Amino acid sequence: MVKIAQISCGTEYSGVQKEIEKAASTFGAEIVIPVTDIDYIDEAYEKFGFNCASSGIRLMVARAMSIVEGKSDADAVFIATCFRCAEGALVRNEIRRFIQQKTRLPVVTYSFTERTKADELFIRMEALSTIVARKNILAREKQEGLTLGVDSGSTTTKVVLMEKNKVIGTGWLPTTDVNQSALNGIDQAMEGTGYKMDDIDGMGVTGYGRLNIGKKMEAELIQEELSVNSKGAVYLAGHQQGEATVLDIGGMDNKVITVNDGIPDNFTMGGICAGASGRFLEITARRLGADITELGPMAIKGDYRKAVLNSYCIVFGIQDLVTSLAAGSTKEDVAAAACHSVAEQVYEQQLQEIDVREPLIQVGGTSLIEGLVKAVSETLGGINVVVPEYSQYIGAVGSALLVSGMGKRNDK
Amino acid sequence: MKVAIFPPNSLILADLIERAGHKALVLQNEIRKKIKDPEIDSPPFNLTEDDPIKGLKYAAIEVPSGVRGRMSIFGPIIEEAEAAIIMDEAPFGFGCIGCARTNELCVFYLRKRGIPTLEIKYPKTKDETIELVNKINTFLDQLEEKNG
Repeated sequence: MVKIAQISCGTEYSGVQKEIEKAASTFGAEIVIPVTDIDYIDEAYEKFGFNCASSGIRLMVARAMSIVEGKSDADAVFIATCFRCAEGALVRNEIRRFIQQKTRLPVVTYSFTERTKADELFIRMEALSTIVARKNILAREKQEGLTLGVDSGSTTTKVVLMEKNKVIGTGWLPTTDVNQSALNGIDQAMEGTGYKMDDIDGMGVTGYGRLNIGKKMEAELIQEELSVNSKGAVYLAGHQQGEATVLDIGGMDNKVITVNDGIPDNFTMGGICAGASGRFLEITARRLGADITELGPMAIKGDYRKAVLNSYCIVFGIQDLVTSLAAGSTKEDVAAAACHSVAEQVYEQQLQEIDVREPLIQVGGTSLIEGLVKAVSETLGGINVVVPEYSQYIGAVGSALLVSGMGKRNDK
Repeated sequence: MKVAIFPPNSLILADLIERAGHKALVLQNEIRKKIKDPEIDSPPFNLTEDDPIKGLKYAAIEVPSGVRGRMSIFGPIIEEAEAAIIMDEAPFGFGCIGCARTNELCVFYLRKRGIPTLEIKYPKTKDETIELVNKINTFLDQLEEKNG
């Protein structure tokens, strides 16, 4: 059983300890508390050097030190503090860095409220559990053989065929019937390559439809998006070592993942408001009489300040844009304002929750909208935003890369 | 008299109070009630999401859930108290509830009650310790006299 060390403050008084343990056990892991005694708390705290006022947070430091110094046994680490506790947030991040610098253990962090339920923690615990159990696969940095990657997303299905560390075929289509969309996508990816399904060495599947497709097509790898997208992003961006942030503004939900050496350690997922998604840009493009592919270049030429947009809402925001057009704003200014609105809302809802580490690798279909990439960079104070080639196929590329380490299908 | 203490789980302060014939209002008794409740299954203290919500009486919604959860237990103790002993600068082995912000709020509420309160500092030497115990006993004896 995978042992996840819990380093936290306030979980027992917030009534969420049971939820944390339930989430871990759902994915075959158990929560363990690192060993410390009273004398060791002071010793560890002195060594660490962060002058914290709360003894619960000092205890966190001692527990982290206990893991780093090998006094406690763990396969992975879960660090959590109360949402809105400034001291907790500061120490949570410093402990995360400390453990990552001194050990090879996977770490995820979380800030909870009394409302936190086990299912909100599922994807984190699943990621920790799979990172431990499949560490050898995640260490893969080069694609080998002939492999197929399928990303069955909520809006579109993406497929790539890779050979000798290169993408040789791609497929992209709206998701309708999950299995049929995957089959059609595979046909698109195979077209012109001279290969057929019988030739491939392995198949990896990710996305919402992964379990269904993976089971039906006997995929060698069925993996959640968190690890696959992180790996795919750093691979495509040529940034497999060190820290980075992966941003995927999707058609229906957004993911922000921080990674260290290609392994995810924290992420946030949003999906409550359509105004902060690719859908907002799709509707803007339609209203401007343009194709979504034209929106990006249009936005680059515009100035968001010249179009009035007082609401992030997909209904009222679009109404504002229509009013701006009627008042004489150019289509370019309106396109820029729409991109700025999405970027700003993603920042306010999600990016603020985690420590953004450069470079920021933007992926997913919306990363092809240049105006949005520019707006994200501006919103984050002009940081370096990298959009790698094939960024829209991120999950499929990650799956094809990771499955290539699992042996050849035809040899079995 | 019912005497609240800070840190609210200090066994030494509670013992001194009980020896002087008063009732010590300690955190352990409140936690004991919770963990003995067979209706709740939320280890280790059997606090659930309802407790930080009860804590809203003492701290607003923008305050972290851990502070409000702690206040849901300590707040009623403060309200019940007829006297208080506050020990400052105590090491965590003496008693502690883990959160500096909760500590500040607890001490503030105890002071605000306007009940007889003894504020002392954790002793560093043997002489200081003897003097401190005498101070606490004198305070507790005076309470009895006032009460009696």
